[in-house]
Amino acid sequence: MKKLITATIAATLLASTALQAAEVKIGFVTTLTTGAAVIGKDQQNAVNLAVKHMGGKMGALDINLIFADDGFKPETGKQATDKLVKQDDVDFVAGYIWSHVLLASRKSVLDAGKFLISANAGPSPVAGKLCHENFFSSSWQNDQTPMAMGEVLNQKGVKSLYVIAPNYAAGKNMVAGVKRTFKGEIVGTDMTKWPTQLDFSAELAKAKASGAEGLFVFYPGKAGGAFMKQYQQAGLKSSLPLYTTFTVDALSLPKFQAAKFNDVLGSQFTQQWDPTLDNEQNKRFVADFRKEYGSYPSFYAAQAYDSIFLIKSAVEAVKGDLKNMDGMRAAMKSASYPSVRGKYTYGNNHMPIQNFYLREVVAGADGAWTTKVVKTVYEGHQDPYAKDCAMQ
Amino acid sequence: MNIIGKITIAGMLILAIVPPVLLLSGQAFYMDLATRLVILGIGAVSLNLILGFGGMVSFGHAAFIGLGAYAVGIPAYHATYGEFEMVASYNGLFHIALAVGFSALFALFTGAISLRTKGVYFIMITMAFGQMAYYFFLSLDVYGGDDGLTIDVRSELPLINLDSPMQLYGLSYVSLLIAMLLVNRIVNSRFGMVLQGTKGNAERMATLGYNTYYYQLLAYVISGAMCGYAGFLLGNFTTFISPDMMHWTRSGELMFMVILGGASTALGPILGSSLFILLEEILSSFTIYWHLPFGLLLILVVLFIRGGLMGLFKSKSGELK
Amino acid sequence: MDYTLLFVQVINGVQLGLLLFLVASGLTLVFGILDFVNLAHGSIYMIGAFICASLTFYLGNFLLAVLVALPLTGLVGYAIERFVARKLYEKDHLDHVLGTFGLILVLDTSAHLIWGPEGISVPLPLWLDGQVEIFEGAVIPTFRLLIIATGLGVAGGLVWLVNYTRLGMLIRAGASNRTMVSALGIDIKTLFALVFALGSMMAGLAGMLISPITEASIGMGGQIIITAFVVIIVGGIGSMKGAFIAAIIIGLIDTLGRAFLDSLFELVMSENAAETAAPAVSAMMIYILMAVILAVRPQGLFPPKVR
Repeated sequence: MKKLITATIAATLLASTALQAAEVKIGFVTTLTTGAAVIGKDQQNAVNLAVKHMGGKMGALDINLIFADDGFKPETGKQATDKLVKQDDVDFVAGYIWSHVLLASRKSVLDAGKFLISANAGPSPVAGKLCHENFFSSSWQNDQTPMAMGEVLNQKGVKSLYVIAPNYAAGKNMVAGVKRTFKGEIVGTDMTKWPTQLDFSAELAKAKASGAEGLFVFYPGKAGGAFMKQYQQAGLKSSLPLYTTFTVDALSLPKFQAAKFNDVLGSQFTQQWDPTLDNEQNKRFVADFRKEYGSYPSFYAAQAYDSIFLIKSAVEAVKGDLKNMDGMRAAMKSASYPSVRGKYTYGNNHMPIQNFYLREVVAGADGAWTTKVVKTVYEGHQDPYAKDCAMQ
Repeated sequence: MNIIGKITIAGMLILAIVPPVLLLSGQAFYMDLATRLVILGIGAVSLNLILGFGGMVSFGHAAFIGLGAYAVGIPAYHATYGEFEMVASYNGLFHIALAVGFSALFALFTGAISLRTKGVYFIMITMAFGQMAYYFFLSLDVYGGDDGLTIDVRSELPLINLDSPMQLYGLSYVSLLIAMLLVNRIVNSRFGMVLQGTKGNAERMATLGYNTYYYQLLAYVISGAMCGYAGFLLGNFTTFISPDMMHWTRSGELMFMVILGGASTALGPILGSSLFILLEEILSSFTIYWHLPFGLLLILVVLFIRGGLMGLFKSKSGELK
Repeated sequence: MDYTLLFVQVINGVQLGLLLFLVASGLTLVFGILDFVNLAHGSIYMIGAFICASLTFYLGNFLLAVLVALPLTGLVGYAIERFVARKLYEKDHLDHVLGTFGLILVLDTSAHLIWGPEGISVPLPLWLDGQVEIFEGAVIPTFRLLIIATGLGVAGGLVWLVNYTRLGMLIRAGASNRTMVSALGIDIKTLFALVFALGSMMAGLAGMLISPITEASIGMGGQIIITAFVVIIVGGIGSMKGAFIAAIIIGLIDTLGRAFLDSLFELVMSENAAETAAPAVSAMMIYILMAVILAVRPQGLFPPKVR
């Protein structure tokens, strides 16, 4: 009798896992409302394209995608995350454009024992003290990109720098990052109200009066467009050259082009990815993305696309056994999936160790504005917080 | 018992039974929803005391919720990460004392100034004080500023474990009941009569020899303190706090809850908060453009429904206030 | 002290103040005369910006687009008055706040549906896209000077309109005594609708003027409306003079706060803490100003004489 009961329970358990395992549920948290929804839409497009390229399947499992809106607010993002974890019982939570949203939401995912894949945000705590075995990034740690820019500034021989950035988690990391590698003098820093401040007249006047040789800014999303225009209207191009990270992207370039804002051509910034990087995965991604949606993908899209392939590599490594967390973790840690940025590895904190390139805005072959790679700034660069992470 | 009383009791019974049953049947998310609704219900009940019964339209009430939440977050932060040992503590009673105390103080200070003004000026000055609180916490780099503050350890209370969703809900529900009874007692006391009389005709009350300013100020302070307590619960519930909780749009939402359900009724604010949260949840699951129908509904309620949902019941029962 | 920088920042502050005045003047007009609290005034500012941005591409010229967009925005305002606002007049201020709060949600989401989430970058004609050097080192973008000129022009126009025209006389009369104006055989409904449309055009104009600097984007109205309310409360509801003075004061406080507060704070705290505190405190200062003024003068700086 006892055996029978055990057997029945075992059979039921098996049946239920088999039933559950028919699909892999992925929750994707991004911004679908407010003006920042333009980024969310780009990510959503990339994720849908990734699923299409996979034929809707990861191994034998069907992909069940659930998009959730963070409303550009940490609190709303956390609520959306809670719902994905508690209500939809997803296997993976991916996405997160904004550092403060990720910081607010991470605990909900990790406490529930699920995997958390950041497709953009890389605030310093999750790379350092708050690193977690179930957290992976398909993007970068916030400090890395501005560190690369600091290096570029050194190579260009810039001696003094004025820094303007928004006052939130990522903005602070960006400033810290550029200060980390820039060898000259930082003559002034302005942190502006985020995300409401879009008029930078006071800050630009200060930057100009400071007599710095260069101006470093970080303004993602629509603030980036606003900043670029005001910089141009202030006529600072010759006296105070501009160096940016995450401020000009494939989302703002078509707008600039429509407005014939030619000053943007030739502006340079650092990044871990570019649409011209020469690998099979990237070529297919960029070509199909353009065919499907009619514009170049942004880096947000590229990372979102990667995040889904990263998850696929984990699911396939354990042959669809989603209970095998260790197996999936090991598979992701090996970063053996085809990334659009080319091969990279993971550090002990599950942040990418990867190349950083200097990109420049150019008119593409068909006239649409895009970017090209000028040079490689860093090869195999690791973020500075890895040493604070207790994981090995 | 009249129909309003019956509906009130029925509503409170539903809130007592349905969410725990949902939790036990594995629907943890709906329990979350219910907890949020009950906690915001306390905030709405407190606002109703001054808005509904006192005629003081406070457009900055979300500030008290935020103050209460930070009264949990800041001591817990220092208890976890050190420094500033004077306040470092996980003790929930201490958090409650801080939440209620600071909210009352803030209400006393801002109320004393705001109540010098009337009408639209009052609406706008309370909003200004709310925004001040919002920007104040935005400026505190130590506690995350704009990024908000994650509460790693919930408040520790005797006999109650707030980590258990059921117990947290239980505490919130009982608190809501107490808040409703408290408001009921206040409204029906001599103090409450003067308060309502002031709403109707301040000059008459003044000629009758009442110093209406102090009556209104006391009501404002009580309301702020209650709302601060709701903030204590909300902080423990979300385990994440950010200045966003104090933004003027949040104050607007609280006002809407009160009006939607029916101001100056006992159950109104709770009906309002329930409907608000459920609608938000349901509409946003259909479309990302859910603000459109939501806004339309708001306009329609204001234009066509006198006295909110409770008003509907009243007119049905043919009973006038 | 760098006086050139101070001069430039004062110009920036005045420019911001005049932009605020454009929004606030419409608000105080509607508020003062119709006794109507319109939180959705900021959404009209946004709609004006979007209409103008679309027209700039269609007509190929920003200034032309502004001229066409102005009456269109007035029409939008008229429609809002006709279908929503008019029904709210007889209700109390609380209902105004809630109803127009709903209107914000509706208008912002509609803009999202019509123009998409990405916003529109508005190109300027070449002659406006440059800079003017007022004296050695004091370089101001030409377009910001245009905003200053427009703001001053509108202020002058309003003074003329309210004080020296028949419409202005009716407006003043309607504000102090509605029944009297009706008794004189004036259609008060049409008068109110005209005032509302005029206020909307002013908000729209402000939105059109800011869009080449930032962009036309959803949610831009929610950011300016509260500041505009602070302006008219500080100035005294219904007072055009009050709105003008308060707008300039608040524009200066905001800009100078952002410009110099962090250096001031660095005297007493670490650089990092100062950089975080300064923008928030400079944002807070306008609310502190408002509280102080209301504490001393509960009706604002220039309360209208008749109410």
